[in-house]
Amino acid sequence: MARQEQQEINAGSMADIAFLLLIFFLVTTTMDVDSGMARVLPPMPEENQKLNEETKIKERNIFIVLINKSDRLLVNGKDMDIKDLRAKAKEFIENPHYLEDLPELDYKPILVANPRYVPDGNEPKKIPHKHFEKRFPDGFPVSKGIISLQNDRGTSYKRYIEVQNELVAAYNELRTELSMREFGKSFAQLLDQADVDAIRVAIPQKISEAEPKNIGGK
Amino acid sequence: MSKFVRKGKSKGTPAISTASLPDIVFMLLFFFMVSTTMRETELKIRVTVPAATEGTKLEKKSLASNIYVGVPIRSYQELFGTEPRVQLNDAFATIPEIQTYIASEREARDEAERPFMTTVLKIDESVKMGIVTDIKQELRRANALKISYNTRKVVN
Repeated sequence: MARQEQQEINAGSMADIAFLLLIFFLVTTTMDVDSGMARVLPPMPEENQKLNEETKIKERNIFIVLINKSDRLLVNGKDMDIKDLRAKAKEFIENPHYLEDLPELDYKPILVANPRYVPDGNEPKKIPHKHFEKRFPDGFPVSKGIISLQNDRGTSYKRYIEVQNELVAAYNELRTELSMREFGKSFAQLLDQADVDAIRVAIPQKISEAEPKNIGGK
Repeated sequence: MSKFVRKGKSKGTPAISTASLPDIVFMLLFFFMVSTTMRETELKIRVTVPAATEGTKLEKKSLASNIYVGVPIRSYQELFGTEPRVQLNDAFATIPEIQTYIASEREARDEAERPFMTTVLKIDESVKMGIVTDIKQELRRANALKISYNTRKVVN
């Protein structure tokens, strides 16, 4: 084959092509990150399943938040402003003075997943968290409280999310307080996964979205 | 550039070299290519998700299926009215259709990933809870229990 002299390609239009692509991506791009409140719905109950004694929850362990169709709150039978909800929920979950009408506290060791666990087909075994075991030899008082959120069909979605937000905020504040006390930094700043899990176990987030009931109509 | 030497004022400032322009543009291009996510659905309804301070970032976007609820935009109001409607993918849907939608979303994913699928509810803040409750019930029936209420992040 005869050797041809290699012609240099004109790269002058490269910038134009790149500009074209750039503008295309600029136009089609959406930079927003999806954020939201994650929830797990309860599975659908089996047909004619009855509520037996074990599944019944003691009255003191339940914090009922009702939102009516005009977006007003009824918390455990009392009218409440949304501004007071967070403090009230925190008091309910924590039960700091061991009151009789606030939830029972269950003293139990804080179990977390073993960080040195190697998957071998067996169920991963949970081990007690070292720090919590040392600080609370008799177990950490884990609240048995459940927050039950009920709404009307006429409640606005905005108010519903506001209430959800307040309740999640109550849990997050408690978690941060505990984390500050035990580890000296806020819950969001914890680096060790075992510490994060321990706090999650110590203050479990229990918000139940009740079975819909038709009260009040539209 | 030496071709364009001006005769009169030869002492004027020399032309800025534009040789690095493609490099700069390419850099920008790569930045946008990496950070971009394509808008996959065209919204036929108006959705302003409610604001919340405690929202957390959605972990895996590829495992999320979206359900939109809101009032149809102006051009669709003649056909679909002004009541809040459900939109799945590109089309309006009724609530019982959610089950087939969830089933088809599940089919599209790898079997190992299916337990981690999340349904993201993108619901306009003006919508009443009645329709939201119906959707939640339908999702329970479809056994898609992991949901996320899409919110706008605000700092308090």
